[in-house]
Amino acid sequence: MPEAQVIPLDGPRRPPGPRPAPEAATTGRLHGVIDFLRRRLTGDFEVDEFGFDPQFTDEFLLAPLRPLYERWFRVQLRGIDNVPSEGGALVVANHSGTIAIDSVMTQLALLDHHPAHRHLRMLGADLVFQTPFLGELARKAGHTLACMPDAERLLSSGELVGVWPEGFKGVGKPFSERYKLQRFGRGGFVAAALRTRVPIIPTAIVGAEEIYPMIGSLPPIARLLGLPYFPVTPTFPWLGPLGMIPLPSKWIIAFGGPIHTDEMPESAADDPMLVLELADRVRENIQQSLYRLLVEREGVFF
Amino acid sequence: MARVVLVTGAARHLGGQMTRALAKDPFVERVIGVDVVPPRKVLGEAEFIRADIRNPVIGKIIRSADVDTVVHMGVIATPVQAGGRAAMKEINVIGTMQLLAACQKSETVRRLVVKSTTSVYGAGPRDPALFTEGMAPKHPPTSGWAKDLVEVEGYVRGFGRRRPDVDVTILRLANFIGPRIQTAMTSYFSLPVVPTVMGYDARLQFVHEDDGIEALRVAAASEATGVFNVAGEGIITLSQAIRRAGRPWLEVPRPLLGFAGRSLGSRLADFSPDQVRFLTYGRGIDTGRAAHVLGFIPRYTTARAFDDFVRGHGLREGFTSRVVEATESAVFQAAAAAQRLASSAVDWGSSRSEVRRA
Repeated sequence: MPEAQVIPLDGPRRPPGPRPAPEAATTGRLHGVIDFLRRRLTGDFEVDEFGFDPQFTDEFLLAPLRPLYERWFRVQLRGIDNVPSEGGALVVANHSGTIAIDSVMTQLALLDHHPAHRHLRMLGADLVFQTPFLGELARKAGHTLACMPDAERLLSSGELVGVWPEGFKGVGKPFSERYKLQRFGRGGFVAAALRTRVPIIPTAIVGAEEIYPMIGSLPPIARLLGLPYFPVTPTFPWLGPLGMIPLPSKWIIAFGGPIHTDEMPESAADDPMLVLELADRVRENIQQSLYRLLVEREGVFF
Repeated sequence: MARVVLVTGAARHLGGQMTRALAKDPFVERVIGVDVVPPRKVLGEAEFIRADIRNPVIGKIIRSADVDTVVHMGVIATPVQAGGRAAMKEINVIGTMQLLAACQKSETVRRLVVKSTTSVYGAGPRDPALFTEGMAPKHPPTSGWAKDLVEVEGYVRGFGRRRPDVDVTILRLANFIGPRIQTAMTSYFSLPVVPTVMGYDARLQFVHEDDGIEALRVAAASEATGVFNVAGEGIITLSQAIRRAGRPWLEVPRPLLGFAGRSLGSRLADFSPDQVRFLTYGRGIDTGRAAHVLGFIPRYTTARAFDDFVRGHGLREGFTSRVVEATESAVFQAAAAAQRLASSAVDWGSSRSEVRRA
């Protein structure tokens, strides 16, 4: 066991105070792996009604993405305290990057770096749940279909919900339109927040636009594969699988001050004017933070 | 309170259990079971009349016995039980129409309870995570039993409109499971190798057979009306269920599921397009209304009901399950050995370092 060899032998350099013994960590970790394996093989774990499997998500699904978050994109967080530690809240963010990695990075940010280690439950397009493997993993990671009953069920049971109202229009926009917010759906997310009286947290993500600069699209191939677009980037599909390596842009995820909905009138969700106005306010808020962060950042990659 | 109860489909497993449960109920004076075929087991103190609900005889029974509560469980789930799909559809749809016609003419019937299924919600990628009773299906069933029940529910609603003085209750029950019952799902899990759809993991909900019967009994005695979803609490995924049952499984692309299933045997396991969609996407239902309005909470959760089925059917005792179990225990033993090795290496390392420090 390589870990067994690295026990420091020279005492004085060791910092004072108690420290977990490395041997305990090694056997503990191995024990954890065995226990994990046993539970998985015998089906002895619990999923919630949405199919969310927290154990699988934490220890298996998100593990390979952590190096991407910490070392590749070196995500910097701002305003994480704006996300409440308990109770329902709706995180609304801009969508970009050709492949929706930005949503997974936001999920990781909130799980690993929020003081309450919150799971972000995202609302996804129906295409996600139609696609084999992707749909299965999305359900296991706690995400569900973007529809009113599911949004309200999650929010009213006190979950932290994430939406990307631009949808495919945002992820699949050409590089020349980077950081320009697209239309914000039909404002359904605002109605869900109003009905459940949870705060909306406008979130700006900078850096994701540059991971796969989309310079074109091949609509015939997209139609053939049933996808909303088929991206062409400076490296994809020219370099094959190598072209799928994202560029190492430096990211900033900024959680803005919450917009409270509990002071609004009871019937607000049924007032389309108010809903659209509020959706616009959220959109404007995110657009302004994007501009601010773009001015602040020194370079795309550093 | 119900006094004279008529139960259709009384010769079958669930109908028989229901009839016996009602016969034991002190509030029920008389129970009459009706079916086309004779019952396999004695119905306790209940009476049995062999009658076909597809013809007007049923009206005479209701009239002569002054029936006040009708529990309709005579909708058959698989063509095997009825002797072909055509006969099955006739029993299910025409039978229901005759029964409702008889009820409409009756002056004594006060309450109608219909056993339906959550399959009427269909299954698909655009479904909400949980269906409530008021939601319309996004992918309605296209064939078989579930489609029959969509039609049956339609006729029952029509009856409710024509006889507003009769209380009508529809129970939509999740897939039954338990130690004794045989259904398409129990046959599916009993296949020597369970075929699943590659790239999907359906969310499943089950109701234990005892809970299902109890729900129908509560509904027959209650005064609540309307539609109620009934299922054990919580969900399990298909892969989780297979692992809990200790079964070997085989992931196949979706178009091949039916082929794989049929070549693995069992007439009863269902691989119709609707069932394949269900085994692909699964379905969840919200049981809040049954808990709050009907006051019914199942004793078994979905997971416990499934475990009871695994135990009752002896699924872990088959050859293939033993192979799976032996493989698993070999893996655990290897892992445990590795762990012991690791900890002894660590012990050795730390004792050496202590010696040095000393």
